[in-house]
Amino acid sequence: MAKYEKVEVTTDLLILGGGMAACGAAVEASYWAKKNGIKVTLVDKAAMDRSGAVAMGLSAINQYVGLHEGKNSIRDYVDYVRMDLMGIIREDLVANIARHVDSSVHLFEKWGLPIWKDADGRYVHEGRWQLMINGESYKVIVAEAAKNALQEAGGEYYERIFITDPIVDGDRIAGAIGFSTRENKAYVFKAKAVIVSMGGAVHVFKPRSTGEGLGRAWYPPWNSGSSAYFTLRAGAEMTSQEVRFIPVRFKDAYGPVGAWFLLFKSAATNSDGGNYMVERRPELENWKPYGLVKPIPANLRNWLGMLDVMEGKGPIFMRTAEAIQKIAAEAGDEKAAKKKLKELEAEAWEDFLDMTISQAILWAANNVEPEKQSSEIAAAEPYFIGSHSGASGAWVSGPEDLQTGETKSEYFWGYNHMSTVKGMFCAGDASGASSHKFSSGSHAEGRICGKAAVKYIVENNTQPAVDGGAVEKMLADQFKPLDIYEEFKGKTTDPEINPHYIKPKMFMFRLQKIMDEYVGGVSAQFATNKACLDRALELLTFLKEDSEKLAAEDLHELLRCWENVQRMWQAEAHTRTILFREETRWPGYYRRTDFPVMDENDWHCFANCRWIPGKNEWEMIKRPMLHVYPKAQEHELIGG
Amino acid sequence: MPSFVNPEKCDGCKALDKTACQYICPNDLMVLDKDAMKAWNREPEMCWECYSCVKICPVQAIEVRGYADFVPMGANVTPMRSTDSIMWTVKFRNGMLKRFKFPIRTTAEGQAQPAGGYKPHEDLNSQVLAQEPEALNMSEVYTIK
Ligand SMILES: Cc1cc2nc3c(=O)[nH]c(=O)nc-3n(C[C@H](O)[C@H](O)[C@H](O)COP(=O)(O)OP(=O)(O)OC[C@H]3O[C@@H](n4cnc5c(N)ncnc54)[C@H](O)[C@@H]3O)c2cc1C
Ligand code: SF4
Ligand code: SF4
Repeated sequence: MAKYEKVEVTTDLLILGGGMAACGAAVEASYWAKKNGIKVTLVDKAAMDRSGAVAMGLSAINQYVGLHEGKNSIRDYVDYVRMDLMGIIREDLVANIARHVDSSVHLFEKWGLPIWKDADGRYVHEGRWQLMINGESYKVIVAEAAKNALQEAGGEYYERIFITDPIVDGDRIAGAIGFSTRENKAYVFKAKAVIVSMGGAVHVFKPRSTGEGLGRAWYPPWNSGSSAYFTLRAGAEMTSQEVRFIPVRFKDAYGPVGAWFLLFKSAATNSDGGNYMVERRPELENWKPYGLVKPIPANLRNWLGMLDVMEGKGPIFMRTAEAIQKIAAEAGDEKAAKKKLKELEAEAWEDFLDMTISQAILWAANNVEPEKQSSEIAAAEPYFIGSHSGASGAWVSGPEDLQTGETKSEYFWGYNHMSTVKGMFCAGDASGASSHKFSSGSHAEGRICGKAAVKYIVENNTQPAVDGGAVEKMLADQFKPLDIYEEFKGKTTDPEINPHYIKPKMFMFRLQKIMDEYVGGVSAQFATNKACLDRALELLTFLKEDSEKLAAEDLHELLRCWENVQRMWQAEAHTRTILFREETRWPGYYRRTDFPVMDENDWHCFANCRWIPGKNEWEMIKRPMLHVYPKAQEHELIGG
Repeated sequence: MPSFVNPEKCDGCKALDKTACQYICPNDLMVLDKDAMKAWNREPEMCWECYSCVKICPVQAIEVRGYADFVPMGANVTPMRSTDSIMWTVKFRNGMLKRFKFPIRTTAEGQAQPAGGYKPHEDLNSQVLAQEPEALNMSEVYTIK
């Protein structure tokens, strides 16, 4: 057996992850914890300064309601998100995050984040809900506030500890186990409440680039579905596991397009120079009422472009030069136009340098000057990011004051954003059906959870029971890949090829091939059907059996083993839910070729699922889509 | 090789208690070869080119070479990050150079005050978060009741 030291940490509130949501949770929880004599402990697999999706920085804050500016209402935001997600969102959750997001943004500014201002000192909006920032150090700044808050309240944080499984006490969460990626140490965290905020998942599907560029997915390679795995294994009900996200971005390096479409008002055209957003407008009729709103839902914009590509009309080009020249020309005389051009050029490059430096390298390597020539865009592969334009995550309780009599019985069960497992809260990518929270909304949701979890602890102030024997068994399982390697390494001369075990990298490729070919990946042009999904589940069963034979030479490989086990669970939840929902609702994310149209009668609802721990069975559940705000506001609809 | 280490510059962070690049890489890629006292990227195909290691290296020993499977050769992008700004040099394949400088923060390092100077809220049972409603610039928190 692998030798390791066991470290036990007993705390009150355990925050898992150190990203945007976790940092929000740490700041808020620390304040209430200090008042109530509660201890907060945060655990991140990486270094908080540069962990999670915002590690590199960002060039925009994508959710800002600006309520105090008086132009937008909470209801406007809810309408926008509901329409973008084809009618299926939890309005109570979206409204709850929207009413707190502005204070997260104002705090970021106080902490030192440079937010663009116009001549009158007002924030520069990229689009209606987005603010432009100089965001290279966005994560450093947000992490700094979180660490300072923990320190002030006597809390602590651990870095480089990878969390695997939950510890549960009946229907209540009791903590988590994990291991250090630096030294032979197993960690047992015992807690009264847990906030899950370990991000979304990438590399569940085969990425377009499989050589050296394998890691250059749009979503960062280090988020591996830890949140989904943890919440599933705790027995939590999950929602919207079918709602993956496929971003359309600059091709290959996945540089952002938001500033180009929204700020620079650029168009994208096909090989004939045709603009699919114009030429394919009639297709939107098939997806009404959602197809007829403005802005057109992200997945439908994808879909129109995909139709061009499937008809052989690619590549699709972002017309950067025309967009820039047009804005420059509007600046006035020649001198002003020149100055404007220079400004726009710097803005365009900063957009990449702040958040996708690879795209800057790719442009430079192709001698691209955006003010002079167009650049290709393309749909990436599917990702799980419930905080962005996907929706997958745990099913959580909404706040009591944002319910109607009808919604209350379905959507409210006590504490804000608590899952169906008592004491387990979820934020950011970990909670579902509340899309479009992005970096700022994830932080706000973390704050919501931080306060709610402290309230939960104050009202349920007992340490849950932890079954020592069960924990020992979990710890042994956690290190099993090291044991398997030691046991069998002598059986062949090449550690990579051995009939007794599988290494995590090949395991990942096997998973990706299944998902890509049968569950609507890039190779399948995002299409699937029942026969494909059944076949995927069959192959996933073999894969799950073989996961018992994962082998790791060292702690780094042990980390990779667990990341891929987590991806596999995310994959299974996804496949089962796509199979369950017998319609096509988000055609730009995936299509069921056996149910190619949207079915508002049967499927205007949430598709939820749950893995039942004791039985090792899956349960599929339909939950009603109920409105807090009865009808989309008329002004959102084109022509009426 | 996404990120790579120049052996002439890397000194294994011998002046620090831990290697900076290994400390910061979000994907656990940078490791130190203790015999040579040089760092290396152990899994370049899992590198996101996030530049966290490049920005933190005290002797600018780390660079990035675009992914060989789709990036034409010869270009590079190099940052110089100070406490309040970052300067980027973009070198094109054709030799053209562009330089950009952007601010990165408006406060001194370490000085992010959690409460941001906003008035705290006291009631654990309300829907109002710690720095609200003041941090919202509003007099109250939105509700439908
Ligand atoms: C390429 C890209 C561009 C984006 N652009 C924008 C933008 O311009 N504006 C905007 O507002 N939003 C943007 N977003 C969205 C934003 O980044 C996310 O909404 C936000 O980061 C989600 O927060 P989170 O806390 O849920 O996850 P993350 O911030 O990703 O944090 C996850 C945390 O969990 C940790 N973790 C993971 N697994 C484990 C484990 N097993 N054990 C312990 N810790 C673990 C990670 O290290 C990390 O600290 C973008 C996202 C991406 C991917
Ligand atoms: S941070 Fe720089 S000097 Fe230090 S070990 Fe890494 S490459 Fe070498
Ligand atoms: S660029 Fe980022 S992902 Fe790549 S080695 Fe450096 S820190 Fe790690």
